[in-house]
Amino acid sequence: MGQVIAFWVFAVATIGAALGVVLLKNVFRSAVLLVTCFLAIAGIFILLSADFLAAMQILIYIGAIGILVILAIMLTKQVTLGSPSNKFKVPALIIAALFCSGVIYAIVNTHWQISGAAPTAATTSGLGIKIFGTNGFILPLEIIPTVLLATILGAIVLVKDRNK
Amino acid sequence: MTIGLEHYLILSAVLFSIGLYGALAKHNAIVILMSIEIMLSAVNIALIAFSRFIVPTALTGQVFALFAMGVAAAETAVGLAIIISIYRNKETIDANKIDLMKW
Repeated sequence: MGQVIAFWVFAVATIGAALGVVLLKNVFRSAVLLVTCFLAIAGIFILLSADFLAAMQILIYIGAIGILVILAIMLTKQVTLGSPSNKFKVPALIIAALFCSGVIYAIVNTHWQISGAAPTAATTSGLGIKIFGTNGFILPLEIIPTVLLATILGAIVLVKDRNK
Repeated sequence: MTIGLEHYLILSAVLFSIGLYGALAKHNAIVILMSIEIMLSAVNIALIAFSRFIVPTALTGQVFALFAMGVAAAETAVGLAIIISIYRNKETIDANKIDLMKW
């Protein structure tokens, strides 16, 4: 029962905050609601017994991405300009609604092979074994640092002041 | 009433559609980037829900979500660097006025 209530609280918080991000005029309020949305998604992860990913969600999304977005808003001084919709507002709404109804129709009409087994209690050690163990995910794990290095170099080169 | 796989998948689909609308219908480049972040988070919810309900002991979906998070962080950093660079050169981040590559 408690899990059901928690799911609905987190689901309503997630959807409401996401709607606020796309509908509010003030960009800074959108950014704060984006952080709220990420926090509610971390709660959803905990309900799905993914404790390590909930911690990573808070560290990476709220700690890094949220701060970065707010910093970019501060640097570009577009808060007063707001975020109006462009001329594709109605077509975009129709596309999003069609996509949403199509996916929900597919979800409801598919017979999922639900397993009744209990989930792993603490996922951190299980994830470590899964990634670093035999037949694990070592190659993707090695690619991620390369991607991050390229990101750091790219961000520095892009933001560097060329006039000096 | 119990919360099953369908509930999480529908939540994920609704969240993805909200992000899709924001990415298609907004002027401000930073708001478009924020909408893309919402879409990526929605996909993570779907991956972890599948991992929890279909193969509860395998954790493969959680590993996928972990890699998706790493790539999302990199994508945000480069995206915001591009937006700040454009703002320096053109004094605007209105996606409709950024038409440098239009022929």
